[in-house]
Amino acid sequence: MLLIPCPHCGLRNEDEFVYGVASTKKRPADPSAVSDAEWADFLYFHDNSKGRVRERWWHARGCQQWFMLDRDTLTHRIFGADAGESA
Amino acid sequence: MTQGFRLDGGGAIDRHRPLTFSFNGRSLRGYAGDTLASALLANGVRVVARSFKFHRPRGIMSAGVEETNALVQLTGALDEPNALSTRLALSEGLCADSVNCWPSVDFDFGAINERLWRLFPAGFYYKTFMRPAWLWPVYERVLRQFAGFGRAPKSASDDCYEKRFHHCDVLVVGAGPAGLAAALAAGRSGARVTLVDDQSHPGGDLHNAAAEIDGRPALAWAADAAAAFDRLPGAVRLAESTAAGYYDHNFLTVFQRNPEQPWLRERIWKVRAKQVVVAAGAIEQPLVFADNDRPGIMLAAAARTYVHRYAVRPGTRAVVVTNNTSAYAAAADLARAGIAVAAIVDTRAAPAAAAGGIEVLAGHAIVGVKGVKQVRAVVVAPRAGGAEQQIACDLVCMSGGWNPVVHLLSQAGEQLRWDERHACFVPGPPVQAERAAGSANGAFALADCLREGFEAGAAAASAAGYSASSPPVPATPTTPALDLEPCWSMPPRRRGTRAFVDFQNDVTADDVGLALGEGYASVEHVKRYTTAGMGVDQGKTGNINIIGLMAERAGVAPPEVGTTTFRPPYTPIGFGAIAGIDQGPIIIPARVTPLTEWHESHGGILDEAGSNYRRPKCYVRRGESERDAIMREARAVRNGLGIYDGSPLGKIDLRGPDARALIDRLYTNSFTTLPIGRARYGLMLQEDGRLLDDGVVFRLGEHHYLLSTGSGVAENVYANVIWYLRTVWPDLRAYATLVTTQWANMCVCGPRARDLMRKVGTDFDLAPEAFKFFDFRHGKVGGYAARVARVTYTGELSFEVNVPARHGRAMWELLMKAGGEWDITPVGSETSNVLRIEKGFLLMRVEGDGMANPYDVGHGWVINEKKADFVGKRSLQRDRNVGDPRRELVGLLTDDPNFVPPDGSPIVEVGATGKKIMIGHVTAATYSPNVERAIALALLRGGHQRKGETVTIAAGAREARARVTEPIFIDPDGERMRS
Repeated sequence: MLLIPCPHCGLRNEDEFVYGVASTKKRPADPSAVSDAEWADFLYFHDNSKGRVRERWWHARGCQQWFMLDRDTLTHRIFGADAGESA
Repeated sequence: MTQGFRLDGGGAIDRHRPLTFSFNGRSLRGYAGDTLASALLANGVRVVARSFKFHRPRGIMSAGVEETNALVQLTGALDEPNALSTRLALSEGLCADSVNCWPSVDFDFGAINERLWRLFPAGFYYKTFMRPAWLWPVYERVLRQFAGFGRAPKSASDDCYEKRFHHCDVLVVGAGPAGLAAALAAGRSGARVTLVDDQSHPGGDLHNAAAEIDGRPALAWAADAAAAFDRLPGAVRLAESTAAGYYDHNFLTVFQRNPEQPWLRERIWKVRAKQVVVAAGAIEQPLVFADNDRPGIMLAAAARTYVHRYAVRPGTRAVVVTNNTSAYAAAADLARAGIAVAAIVDTRAAPAAAAGGIEVLAGHAIVGVKGVKQVRAVVVAPRAGGAEQQIACDLVCMSGGWNPVVHLLSQAGEQLRWDERHACFVPGPPVQAERAAGSANGAFALADCLREGFEAGAAAASAAGYSASSPPVPATPTTPALDLEPCWSMPPRRRGTRAFVDFQNDVTADDVGLALGEGYASVEHVKRYTTAGMGVDQGKTGNINIIGLMAERAGVAPPEVGTTTFRPPYTPIGFGAIAGIDQGPIIIPARVTPLTEWHESHGGILDEAGSNYRRPKCYVRRGESERDAIMREARAVRNGLGIYDGSPLGKIDLRGPDARALIDRLYTNSFTTLPIGRARYGLMLQEDGRLLDDGVVFRLGEHHYLLSTGSGVAENVYANVIWYLRTVWPDLRAYATLVTTQWANMCVCGPRARDLMRKVGTDFDLAPEAFKFFDFRHGKVGGYAARVARVTYTGELSFEVNVPARHGRAMWELLMKAGGEWDITPVGSETSNVLRIEKGFLLMRVEGDGMANPYDVGHGWVINEKKADFVGKRSLQRDRNVGDPRRELVGLLTDDPNFVPPDGSPIVEVGATGKKIMIGHVTAATYSPNVERAIALALLRGGHQRKGETVTIAAGAREARARVTEPIFIDPDGERMRS
């Protein structure tokens, strides 16, 4: 049960949030300009890093804002969170 | 037998409160303060169980949670399997039975396994019961009888359980000397401290021997310390509570047995602590020698506990076998209690321990045990070789060292450290905000426990932001050093004997050798292959011996072997506690609409129907079956007048200068030309081109829209809108609010729908030319402010009336009353499904099955290819580029007009290899009262090209033929809904 620091609401239990799967890749500004392989890469291939990562979380049962969380995927240590980051 | 093994004085039992209990049907007596195990020993009961695999007679081996043998089945008022007799407080009328034996523990047919023991080495089931494969059902029936120990209860429990969230500055686990010291030091700084202990009275190990602190009995110090702690502000002390799991960010679960409320059986505390101190103590380890599992062979500290704490003589003539000095104090206590200690068999060659007159056989080992249902004698011999001697005894006390209870710390993520001096694993560097103290930290002397406890408590409070100091340590007598020399196994005097390492799962030292010999080199593999450490005791007494044996055989040090992963819970916990009050209807709260009460009181059969809503399937009249009702309702809608509660439909209010731009990017079609007062059907796709929702977009104002979504996907669509607005296109000025529950929605549908609306009265023109299909109006209906839309899911002339939720019931009743002259028929969700299948309308998660794109389901007409981009467009292009055959939406008319294939039935044909392959499936099928035959929708590979062909549906045992048609069975041109 992670304790997540929502930038707007403060420390809340993990079950108030939804993890943003496949969320840190930027959607191509003009999808028609990328090849099928590049599009499939954007859709389906995501890093699964061991160690410190930046990932999106949604405070679904709270302020309903998306934010970026700085977390170590091995130890679950959370280094911080920031709001208002776009793709 | 009247407690022939009870000592005349002493013990923490209350001799003024005798209790009667029953074991295997025999009535016995004990005292308040006994555990079931101590009372059994007091009555001279030696054989309490049969072992798991070999059905060897087993006795009580310990005095605590580490017990492996003495599990009992509780019957009567407490119906529970696998209760630990060493932890169970004796109560009046307690009924317990032995497990894993038949007909009785003393005479057990299962003992045949013991005769055939050579057929059952570790992992035997990987090599047996394979052939012939068709006999497996027979093998399974037989094997099931041998699985597990006790019996699960057959009836539901009346007991109440509860969950509670708790926050504190410092959580201290364990109220032994280290834990009490830590709790005091932390609490005195002003920190809010919670102290949990799994015993009923504080003191921990101080209960088990006569120690002294500051010249007083140690238990008196413990009682005073606990009382002083209780007086501190914010102090919470839980007794009979086990800290079972340590999770992320200092989140721990504590299971409190016997809470003060008499109606509660157990309560789970979910604790978030700023700092944690683990003072959970240490568990003694058995020694590995031939037949070390006989009744009467127990841990040395356990024997000491039974003598001191429970005033029980576990035997009359004892032999102590040990590799360290702590057992000498146990021997002295036994002697003082009148038990003859025949010898101390010390595996160390030259121990420097004071034996107080007891004979010490240094450098010796036990090479054999005599006695099956009760130990009669041990056979000892010098380890270096030499003559054997037999020593008669009825009690053997073994001490192989001590293991700090590091489980919680390991769960917290700590890497354990090997302590060479004590041959055990101790806590390593802290990973979370935690620390260990006392014997849990590898400090076995009382003075060290107290000192470490004070220091750890002060450190925890300081880390939590309080100013704390560690008080001076009270005086205690010196504890002799352990001086341990590891002895991982003692070779037997003759072959064909077994030395047990995991008593509960009957794993022997030879099994460990077998696993290593078969190539399982990792400790995790050895654990799984032999099942060692996989019992109810989770290897509390077995794991270290296995690691030591593996290290010895591999010629490495134990830390190189490593430990298996520690997993919560520390001790078994009941499902009742985990569930708490989340049972029955509480666990999935049912959402209701303003009309649910009306449905319930008018024959509505409520059922789970998407997004947790409970909706009426249909409304049953007297004498009707559900099927009759559904057919009646479906006919009424097409021939007369129906009314349907559509309140669960998702509604998203979208405003802002860029609202239309967002809608254009999310839906497949264009909304640029949508005028105010009109609605448009649209498809919302996922980025991968798959259908997310088919809904209706209403334009309410210049920059004001309402998105109507399917009721089952409302939350998903909302999440999708938020995702794009907040992370992909945050520059768009648009604001979305989920307003599903703010509106009551009822759809008046059927040829008589306009008649009803006229009768009820509206302040807008209802004529077909004035109020067209997909128009909507704000105005008054029957005097109530409403939004009315001409949208439909039934395919009939429909007016969807939306009023604020608080007027929902009144509006519905008004419509019902006025509609009486046309026999207005309330329509349930099952009926709605029949009607939509007749029309071939999509249902998300059925035809929109996560793989279908709009072209597959014949909805290419909703896509505006001229739009530069919309979510899903690029993937539709990729689908075309890939060019694989796709499953496409078709209708099916079964040859047998009354046969309705079950939803999901595969459509099959014989493939190139000659075997049947699946080429599609039935998505939804029903009997249609309006077409008067069975109809179905299906996704069929290449379906668009196969209209008119016949296919085969595999419907369970039956195969049915069906003709492929257009996926629409009523009014293909949609004249009715446009009327």
